[in-house]
Amino acid sequence: MASQLPAEFNVDVDHEKCRKCKRCVMNCSFSAIEFKDKVIPNNRLCVACHRCATFCPENAITIRENPLDYKDGYNWSPEIRKNILKQAESGGIILIGMGNPKPYPIYWDHMLIDACQVTNPSIDPLREPMELRTYLGAKPESLWFDGENGNISLRTELAPQVKLDIPIVFAAMSYGAISLNAHKALAMAARRMGTLMNTGEGGLHEDLAGYTDRIIVQVASGRFGVTSKYLNNSALVEIKIGQGAKPGIGGHLPGEKVGEDISKTRMIPVGTDALSPAPHHDIYSIEDLSQLIYAIKETTDYKKPVSVKIAAVHNVAAIASGIVRAGADIVMIDGFRGGTGAAPMIIRDHVGIPIELALAAVDDRLRQEGIRNRASILVGGSIRQSADVVKAIALGADACVIGTASLIAMGCRVCQKCYTGNCAWGIATQKPELVRRLNPEIGADRLCNLLSAWGHEIQEVLGSLGINAIESLRGSRERLRGVGLNQETLDILGIKHAGIGQ
Amino acid sequence: MKCDGIPSGCAISGMMSENGRRIDGTEIIRSIACMHDRSNGLGGGFAAYGIYPKRKDMYAFHMMFDNAGAKEATEEFFKDYFNVDKDEVIPTQKGYGISNPPILWRYFLEVPENKLEFLSERDYVTKTVMKINSEIEGSFVASSGKNMGAFKGVGYPEDIGRFYKLEEYSAYIWTAHGRFPTNTPGWWGGAHPFTLLDWSVVHNGEISSYGINKRYLEMFGYKLELRTDTEVIAYLFDLLVRRHKLPVDKAILALASPFWKDIDRMEPEQQKIATAIRQVYGSSLLNGPFSVIIGHSRGMIGLNDRIKLRPMTAARKDDMLYMASEESAIREIAQDLDSVWSPRAGTAVIGMVRAEVE
Amino acid sequence: MKIDAKGMHYRQLNKMIRDAVASGEKEFELDNVGGQRYIGAGMNENVKITINGTPGNDLGAFMNGPRVIVNANAQDGIANTMNAGEIIVHGNVGDIIGYGMRGGKLYIKGDAGYRVGIHMKEYKKQIPVIIAGGTAGDFFGEYMAGGIMILLGMNGKSPLVGDYVGTGMHGGVMYIRGKVDPYHLGKEVCCLELSEEDTKLISGYLKEFCDCFNFEFNEIMKEKFTKLVPLSLRPYGNLYVY
Repeated sequence: MASQLPAEFNVDVDHEKCRKCKRCVMNCSFSAIEFKDKVIPNNRLCVACHRCATFCPENAITIRENPLDYKDGYNWSPEIRKNILKQAESGGIILIGMGNPKPYPIYWDHMLIDACQVTNPSIDPLREPMELRTYLGAKPESLWFDGENGNISLRTELAPQVKLDIPIVFAAMSYGAISLNAHKALAMAARRMGTLMNTGEGGLHEDLAGYTDRIIVQVASGRFGVTSKYLNNSALVEIKIGQGAKPGIGGHLPGEKVGEDISKTRMIPVGTDALSPAPHHDIYSIEDLSQLIYAIKETTDYKKPVSVKIAAVHNVAAIASGIVRAGADIVMIDGFRGGTGAAPMIIRDHVGIPIELALAAVDDRLRQEGIRNRASILVGGSIRQSADVVKAIALGADACVIGTASLIAMGCRVCQKCYTGNCAWGIATQKPELVRRLNPEIGADRLCNLLSAWGHEIQEVLGSLGINAIESLRGSRERLRGVGLNQETLDILGIKHAGIGQ
Repeated sequence: MKCDGIPSGCAISGMMSENGRRIDGTEIIRSIACMHDRSNGLGGGFAAYGIYPKRKDMYAFHMMFDNAGAKEATEEFFKDYFNVDKDEVIPTQKGYGISNPPILWRYFLEVPENKLEFLSERDYVTKTVMKINSEIEGSFVASSGKNMGAFKGVGYPEDIGRFYKLEEYSAYIWTAHGRFPTNTPGWWGGAHPFTLLDWSVVHNGEISSYGINKRYLEMFGYKLELRTDTEVIAYLFDLLVRRHKLPVDKAILALASPFWKDIDRMEPEQQKIATAIRQVYGSSLLNGPFSVIIGHSRGMIGLNDRIKLRPMTAARKDDMLYMASEESAIREIAQDLDSVWSPRAGTAVIGMVRAEVE
Repeated sequence: MKIDAKGMHYRQLNKMIRDAVASGEKEFELDNVGGQRYIGAGMNENVKITINGTPGNDLGAFMNGPRVIVNANAQDGIANTMNAGEIIVHGNVGDIIGYGMRGGKLYIKGDAGYRVGIHMKEYKKQIPVIIAGGTAGDFFGEYMAGGIMILLGMNGKSPLVGDYVGTGMHGGVMYIRGKVDPYHLGKEVCCLELSEEDTKLISGYLKEFCDCFNFEFNEIMKEKFTKLVPLSLRPYGNLYVY
């Protein structure tokens, strides 16, 4: 039976302008454009990935949302009606990619940053030093020294620390969810910018062996590609408990994406589903997490910091405290707007809490317990711009994690069809003819440009704040003010409302 | 009335005798008066070390009370927490344009043995200071160290000095402050120096990293009630030097850290130390323009920020060490100096009195 | 090298072993072991470790080579994400053994606990094998993606295996000596008779197993085995709509 679902988009081709070069046909990976004497779009298949429009030399293609109106109904929105139609036709769980697009409040956009005027001076970031260097890892509460007068040596031995030249790290995205070329671009950019990329849970492809000092290797419930060599060839090891887009849900890389290369990297046979169980079956309680953390530390001879990644959920502060006490060197918190290659829509759109509130709660909790120094805090889950980074660091984060933003830098148009494997930009696909569209060198250049630009912007803000080291912003909530937030939200964020002075 | 902290300009001056010679307060008043135009009459103050030799082993609490009720409540509190050896009015004289002073009283206190089961004596005193300032309405501890005291108020510093009759005190270390706040709080407690135990801080500039310095200290139980960045400096010294036992020069590395570009060029051992300090003590970095003089019973430390946005001159003559915002303020009280220099950014001038000085 | 592990923290014990291995030691005998975790964890060398006493959790986690012999019962998390090597336990073992195991052998003389061999997987020549001489608890081979598990029930205890056998199984094979009540099986597995090749395959492993523990091979083979395989390599392929 033909679907009753209307097309999502209309593709309009201006046949006056069209020179019939067929580039649009070749570029459309969703089979939404055919050529029969002229370019004929199949609106039903269009996902608005913009590939055709971008490559049309005549600018002859326009993509619009299908203006087909439904009878007005705030409650029964067109999206809800379409979802019901879809499920009535299929009986399936609705699967979706990328982050939560729903209009929940974005707290970043309700926080404003301070600046110096007269009583303390701003600093010129173009001509004076402006330090962004950040070290990830557990810090002792204090340092002890030996010796006296001029001949003093450090007695305290610090836990392993990983240096970041910029407090922005690429998020965990597995080889499988994204292409090898995307992984290569991320690794090259991480090396050049002095930051890190993250394998995600799909193992480390042998082509990235030269970048291991810039790579976070992940251990997830599926343990794909996890060996002692994998753990030791890394900048740090991350245990993935949860993901912001799908807290409490496992992963599922369909067998058709498991080709020869992915099979080798994940160490599973070609064509089998790569299923990640919802929990780690060796972790049913916090003491079990501690057991795994120390299994990894023993395996790496205590030379690698161990991070634990969790989704931001209601009780995140207590959970994070438990993670720190379990021995983690880094806590990575992923907010409910974080992206994914594929997740059930019900989970992506309705589970978890915003990263802004989670971060504030965790930083507060760790300070109240006097253990904030024992772990670095990384946050992600829709860090969209450098201003978000500045605000996150002022709330207390050590560094931010960017996934979707890095994909957009490489060409992603956020069409949310990652799970189809048809990504027209060569990012979320394993089809060789599509993967080839992403040149790793160019991808790396674009990622470096993005990070450089954000780095300069952060330096501009530090200068206007009159500080020349990122650690003087870190946790300095005094430099933030809320606008349009109620008292309870302000209290959770630990900031004052705009208009209130010191 | 306690009020919000206010950004301020300022003048600072300090002098000490390494031999422990006690000098009366007239010179330090002349020195700070020389920089009159750096202040605006809304705050001045002094710290003096070695002024109570007869009771040198007792905690000398200089108190400011808004009213008799606050004094009564505080005295009840003292009875519970200390043995009070003596209490008396802090002598003042009228005139010099000083108006509306609070009740100024001092107490010489000893800590009863039985209070120290789980706490060191100084932690105990620190806690009581925090408690009075945050819990007793209208009561404020201006200073709480042994054999030292802070004398401060609203007015030009030279007037405050005469008001307190500082010519009648002899000290081996004097520091002074003239204040230029950018609004009018009219609160005596808000003047410098800020103190805790025998730490005193006079400060010119504004700490732009106040927000995180404060949250860092709160993690260790400090209560920052005054909302002023100067308070932060006193507490950071207390935390790093007294509680964490960092050598003074290492504490300085934490508060005014070298830049990474310079750390990266250091010799391996120095690099290791400087890196570890920034990694562990990043939240205590004082960022923004400042020059400060920190006094304590064994000496005086001058420090300015790591790109030197506020002025500081130091000088020596015989056993005397001087520091001030302006060289003229030193020349005013000491001629024929042996040496005069401008300390480099982020480099401390550390003066210590000789071991035998009491 | 002999080590008296009495009262030793695992960190000290394991460092001692690692340091000795680095300087060429090939054989270890650990006496008075009492709960020390992570013995053999992450080790890549072909050394032999004999454990006298009860080793702690995560014995042989991420292990990649050693042969470990336990002369006692062992606890939870044995062979966690193990890649290669052998672990032989002269006794019973706890829960979550062989989780995510990708290679090597785990032979258990007695009973195994809950959740044995979850998400065990294989890759090319790396085929992990778990054999337990006694019984096993619930969730035997849950999410199993590869490898071989053999359950013998030689001690005659009942039930031989708990509920939800092979739930979510999408690879590998299990051989259970005797009949398995379908009530105990997960939705994603089916029962088959053994082919000649199957018998040949398990005979090789079982002879080795018998050598370790002095079982009679013929005694074991007297009883018929049940073979369990996944119904589909993609058990959840039709659950989603795009």
